[in-house]
Amino acid sequence: MALDAGLVGRSYPPSAVYEVGREKIAEFATALADPDPVYRDPAAARAAGHPDVIAPPTFAIVLSLGAGNVVVDDPDVGIDYSRVVHGEQRFTHHRPIRVGDRLVATATIDAVKTVAGNDMLTTRVDLVTEDGEPVCTTRSMLVARGTA
Amino acid sequence: MSARPVDVQVGTELPEQTSRVTRADLIRYAGASGDLNVIHWNERVAREVGLPDVIAHGMLTAGLAARAVTSWAGDPGAVVDYHVRFSRPVVVPDDDAGAELTVRGRVAALLEDGRVRVDLTVTSGGEKVLSLARAVVALS
Repeated sequence: MALDAGLVGRSYPPSAVYEVGREKIAEFATALADPDPVYRDPAAARAAGHPDVIAPPTFAIVLSLGAGNVVVDDPDVGIDYSRVVHGEQRFTHHRPIRVGDRLVATATIDAVKTVAGNDMLTTRVDLVTEDGEPVCTTRSMLVARGTA
Repeated sequence: MSARPVDVQVGTELPEQTSRVTRADLIRYAGASGDLNVIHWNERVAREVGLPDVIAHGMLTAGLAARAVTSWAGDPGAVVDYHVRFSRPVVVPDDDAGAELTVRGRVAALLEDGRVRVDLTVTSGGEKVLSLARAVVALS
């Protein structure tokens, strides 16, 4: 079934606050085999001009995945997750994510289209601090193969 | 922290980066990212859905590719935009060598405010695995 174009613009309630942990950033950097001290050592982060340790540019996927699930689970979207592959991903950083950030994620459906029998769903997730400071915008395009 | 690049022009090449991705790396990334999709660790299920074998998380590939940019830029916080499109899975065999991933990059455009656009070419086994991989880096 092709995705309903009327879904574009649908927004979901904001997530619970996610507090960015020091060990979580280090764990993520280690999973990318990235030894950069700016992900682990506050002094190195300060030397680079940051108030504390920052996260790798793709760290926001941790929050984006969780926030995007509300879209995939929406019965009106009705996407068959067993046929889903990740088509495209974009991160726009308003500033680096850093240790201690208390972030709220809000998901919005940005685009739906059907190409060659595949449904494509683009979800935007806006990550802002609980005080409302924009930190990162992620866009994820999922492809459901052969579902349209 | 490494030094920031100087004399950057269109065509400036980034140091080539080669990584290996093993099954253990997939498990580590699954835990760190929270992406527990079975096709990244279970060969039986991967084959059932028509894949040749277990494949790497797209975002692991993208994250490894971004490392080529952050280490060149000298400060990972300088990456203000990163955009990837996945075109081919990175198949990770059940052996100690895993899959090889090669990342090449070049400066494709000089933008306003000291920003540059870096285009990456990411290959595994000689095949491009990202049809688009582009970072905007604030160099000053």
